[in-house]
Amino acid sequence: MIASRPAARPLLLATGLLLALALPWMVYPPVALDIACWALFAAALDLLLGFTGLLSFGHAAFWGTSAYVAGLIALRSGLPFPVAVLGGAASAALLALPIGYLSVRLRGIYFAMVTLAFAQMVYFVVNQWRGLTGGENGLQGVPRELFGLDLSDSFLFYYAGLPLVLLGFLAVWRIVRSPFGRVLASIRDNPARAQALGYPVDRYRLLAFVLSAALSGLAGGLFAVGHGFASLENVYWTTSGQVVMMVVLGGIGTLWGGVLGAALVVLLNDYLVTSGFEGIGIVTGAIFVIIVLVFRRGVWGTARDLVRPRSGGGRRDRPPGEADGTPARPQGVGSPV
Amino acid sequence: MLQQAFNGLVGGAFYALLALGLAVIFGMLGVVNFAHGAFYMLGAFGSYILLDHFGVGFWAALVTVPLVLGLAGALLERLFVRRLAPLDPLYNFLFTFGLALILQDLVKREYGVQSQPYPRPEALAGTVDLGLFTYPAYQVFVLAVSLVVCGAVWVVLTRTRVGMIVRAATERPELTRALGIDVGRWVTPVFGFGIALAGLAGVLAAPMRAVNPLMGADLIITVFAVVVIGGLGSIFGSVAAGFAIGLVSALGNLYVPALSQTLVFILMAAVLLWRPAGLFGREESPS
Repeated sequence: MIASRPAARPLLLATGLLLALALPWMVYPPVALDIACWALFAAALDLLLGFTGLLSFGHAAFWGTSAYVAGLIALRSGLPFPVAVLGGAASAALLALPIGYLSVRLRGIYFAMVTLAFAQMVYFVVNQWRGLTGGENGLQGVPRELFGLDLSDSFLFYYAGLPLVLLGFLAVWRIVRSPFGRVLASIRDNPARAQALGYPVDRYRLLAFVLSAALSGLAGGLFAVGHGFASLENVYWTTSGQVVMMVVLGGIGTLWGGVLGAALVVLLNDYLVTSGFEGIGIVTGAIFVIIVLVFRRGVWGTARDLVRPRSGGGRRDRPPGEADGTPARPQGVGSPV
Repeated sequence: MLQQAFNGLVGGAFYALLALGLAVIFGMLGVVNFAHGAFYMLGAFGSYILLDHFGVGFWAALVTVPLVLGLAGALLERLFVRRLAPLDPLYNFLFTFGLALILQDLVKREYGVQSQPYPRPEALAGTVDLGLFTYPAYQVFVLAVSLVVCGAVWVVLTRTRVGMIVRAATERPELTRALGIDVGRWVTPVFGFGIALAGLAGVLAAPMRAVNPLMGADLIITVFAVVVIGGLGSIFGSVAAGFAIGLVSALGNLYVPALSQTLVFILMAAVLLWRPAGLFGREESPS
């Protein structure tokens, strides 16, 4: 599912690492940091969408909460920035506990709606809690330093933050590959059978949700510290939509597809902003519509199927009969539970 | 306080109209229409454009705008939604999400983010004496229209043959088809009708709420919470929850102003804890 042949895997990994190291030379350094953070965010969402079969439409809550918490820690305590970012990730995981506990009771489309609604609640809270969050102004002037070392240069900060991102990727990769990840995949493909085999389905879903939120928080916290501010946009529903789009564009359940999708979307947004185009939503929305209508396997999924003919165990992560790569979820639409 | 309660019911009237449209579309197609808020926004902008560019007043807009949007919705169903319907419902959710972004930013490009003014129709400019307090006539009108429309839909669903087919197709699509009823024929009109309801709510909102491109998106997320509370499979539940939530948030606003925006989500959390299927939803799952 991740690399085509065992021999190609180290090669792909090395290419990815090289690209990650060379990125600030290839693009404007702040954009490089954006790509790294959004890529981790997308991978964290794919952990839930592609590998657990739950579409969260409220992940901005975790990305944004961590952005604010990390920003506040860095602003008020002066602790080194990785501590602030990890604190942000922890706060996202903590927030995911109650939200996940309530949301995993619902299936499919209901799950998407409920997570979206909870994220909107977080948005309202952040907006109203002006004394702490700065309301519409957001948090500004978040310091970027490590043991007295000034990292306000984006180029330097990219390399200071990259280990955290790579750590996040390692975690996602380990989770997907672990026995725990296999249970998640079985729950995605056939929840009833997983339950019958004795796995507490909802508890597994909740754990996946919390892990995904923590990793999203890691990305969001780093994003906020890297930019030196946290804003309401970080918790807004458009952010939730954007990360879903990255994953769908790259290919659901491909992990590295989300990374590719994140890079494409960030570069496209950057291009649109710098060229003074005002209606980013028109382009973003159009991409959404097109991939959903004609390109559901995403970039990575399509490329993978071109490279490797469909045969043997390589596609063992797809349920049989789903030749077009559309994740199957047998739950009916009539009842949410 | 009574006046606040009345405010709440008027706010609930909008929730109810939007939730009703969302629920009939969901029932018939299994599609959660994220673009519902965008069509509500288009309804408001439609009446603004009619007045501003063509001098067409409120009453004409009240009829034409929902009609046009309903037709647009039917077309949308024919061209796109239908193609995605056999797949996982998430794809239609994502499709309508993209559509909502496009519509919202197209309007934003044209009219900016500031609110456009829309005058109240003259016939409803005054106030009505409701015995205990006087109240703007227009708000009373909005509440009346919403109640009449929801009531009419209820009668159609429970008392007519069309309604019977729609209800049957909602609950057991395969079985209904097996009984020789052409379910597909009713899908497009029902979708169009749901969109028309959103448009109607938009036209009604124009004179009393800010007409701007973002008016739909935030509202629709709240309406999602409303239908989760009511039980999305249940048309009655959605409408009842719409009015109830309007009422509760208005009273909440009065007593605990800090919670005014978050109250509906707290209620949703409570309902999820207690009855995950919603107050009027069915617990059992279809075969």
